[in-house]
Amino acid sequence: MKLLVRLIHDSKPVIAQVVKETGILINVDRARSDAHEGEEALVDVPDESCLLVSELMQKFGAEVSVLEEGIRHDEDECVDCGACISVCPKNVFYFDEDWKLVVDTKKCILCGRCVVSCPHSALSMSD
Amino acid sequence: MEKSIDEINRRIREGSARVVTADEMPDIVGELGEEGALKEVDVVTTGTFGAMCSSGAFLNFGHAEPPIKMERLWLNDVEAYGGLAAVDTYIGATNKSVTRMESYGGAHVIEDFISGKSIELRAQSSGSDCYPRRTITTELLLEDLNQAIMVNPRNAYQRYDAAINTSDDTLYTYMGTLLPHGGNVSFSGAGTLNPICNDPNLRLIGSGVPILLGGAPGMVIGEGTQHSSAGNFATLMTTADMNEMNRDFLRAAYMHRYGPTLYLGVGIPLPVLDIEVVRRTAVRDEDIVVNIRDYGVPSRSRPVIRPISYAELKSGNVEINGDEVRVSSLSSYRKARQVAQTLKSWVEEGHMTLSLPTRMIDPSKQAKPMRETRKVILVQEIMQRRVMTIKEDQDITEAARKLLKGETNHLPVLNEHGQLTGVVTTFDVTKAVARPDRKVRVQDVMTRNVITTMADEPIDIAAHKLDHYRISALPVVDAKNQCIAILHASDLGKLFKSGGNQP
Repeated sequence: MKLLVRLIHDSKPVIAQVVKETGILINVDRARSDAHEGEEALVDVPDESCLLVSELMQKFGAEVSVLEEGIRHDEDECVDCGACISVCPKNVFYFDEDWKLVVDTKKCILCGRCVVSCPHSALSMSD
Repeated sequence: MEKSIDEINRRIREGSARVVTADEMPDIVGELGEEGALKEVDVVTTGTFGAMCSSGAFLNFGHAEPPIKMERLWLNDVEAYGGLAAVDTYIGATNKSVTRMESYGGAHVIEDFISGKSIELRAQSSGSDCYPRRTITTELLLEDLNQAIMVNPRNAYQRYDAAINTSDDTLYTYMGTLLPHGGNVSFSGAGTLNPICNDPNLRLIGSGVPILLGGAPGMVIGEGTQHSSAGNFATLMTTADMNEMNRDFLRAAYMHRYGPTLYLGVGIPLPVLDIEVVRRTAVRDEDIVVNIRDYGVPSRSRPVIRPISYAELKSGNVEINGDEVRVSSLSSYRKARQVAQTLKSWVEEGHMTLSLPTRMIDPSKQAKPMRETRKVILVQEIMQRRVMTIKEDQDITEAARKLLKGETNHLPVLNEHGQLTGVVTTFDVTKAVARPDRKVRVQDVMTRNVITTMADEPIDIAAHKLDHYRISALPVVDAKNQCIAILHASDLGKLFKSGGNQP
């Protein structure tokens, strides 16, 4: 499951601390540090540890939310060209045997690269 | 054995013609042999669906009261051609809207029209005795027009070179997003289903031949612009009535930082007249080869990285210098199959009979590049040859002194061999002074990733670099990376001075 972790104040090593205390392996999919909006990381944790990890992170001062959805795919606009396939760092897109585009949103880290690559504006960010 | 076009058309009318799509043909010939396939198959349908930028439509709006001869006109704020009399125009697919987002263009006007949406027409005229009206604004539906005839100068490319980008930056091109350092490959085309790939000598495809265009029955007008069949890059000029088109086979698109374009489905049914047709329509993706070209080089002749077949491109991965690189397609193979299958059902149900070209297209023609009579302006014509430089190990106070003396904001930094290794700007020096930690030497504060130009680079390319990287100067280097001059953004002003190098 993917968690969006926001560190609002100064950058304490929240993720490292959680890994050390629980021994749960956390994968950082994407991270950003911005002078105005603070630090944010998208992390991948095993489904069964999700609750424990998010409670601990909150205890250490982070804001945690579950990333429910990946990229949005408008099937009406999509023409199954596949322009998105090679620009995605997580292999979210592929063709089935009938050359129809399959979107595996569970793997999506919302990096947004595919959004501008789609000639048909068929991909958009959630919210 | 040979079959006549009349015999094939008789079978189509009777509903007994055997029609197959071009991707089925290699297996049929493999199974039945060439003679057997000739006997069995009457028609092979082809199809392609992709970006066809050189497309548009002639429109006639009918006369207003009082009448106007439209000299400038806009459809949903996309300008259409005003050089035809009086209420005729041509709307081109790639023209951008002047007021809406740049992602809206002529292609979107065309898609909106065929989707039944209302389009705002605005027009101006200087007025005349016979056409006194000066302006008009009205809302129009497709059904309100007398004619809406799509006429596309260049459609259905026989094949198209694939694209890669070996530069350090992501490029946004008409071939889609190209990741830096050869991070992906992008291609376009239907390969085995492509109409001209199934008739490369243009025996069957020519003027007057019936086609599917944008979902409507249409025809080939003749050779397309830039038609270059000698190099296997033949093109077609096509036409069909927009009133019969639909969104299944016509979609407006927007290529990021390139502009609007039109995705179109084009398909041609081919009569199986003789063994030669059987052989040609048995073409497989493996047989159709293009080059992968490097779009990181901004020139007409982009370097070839390697040849590649459509079979490899469609596999999703290609090998380049030992690395697996992922592939994206810009055209839709799924839609190309739908085009071929739709044509197949039209012919099977007797809605479309076939004809041979009334005029043949030249299969040996080669397109030429543009003849340029005026010299392209090069960097060397406006660069500043006297350039003040500094060594990596010099003190930043020396850099500050030189910047002041040279009245410049950029100092190219050289190593002991005189090669360019960085640039130090007034901003870098100011930053170093404001934060006096141990940064005292030029090499501690300079920018190392320097964007450069060459003396013989066209000025437009250098100007694009200044704009793209948002910088204000480019060191000019020679082949040995020696800094021989500098080009400042302000030097571009020389081009517009009267009596200067104005082209």
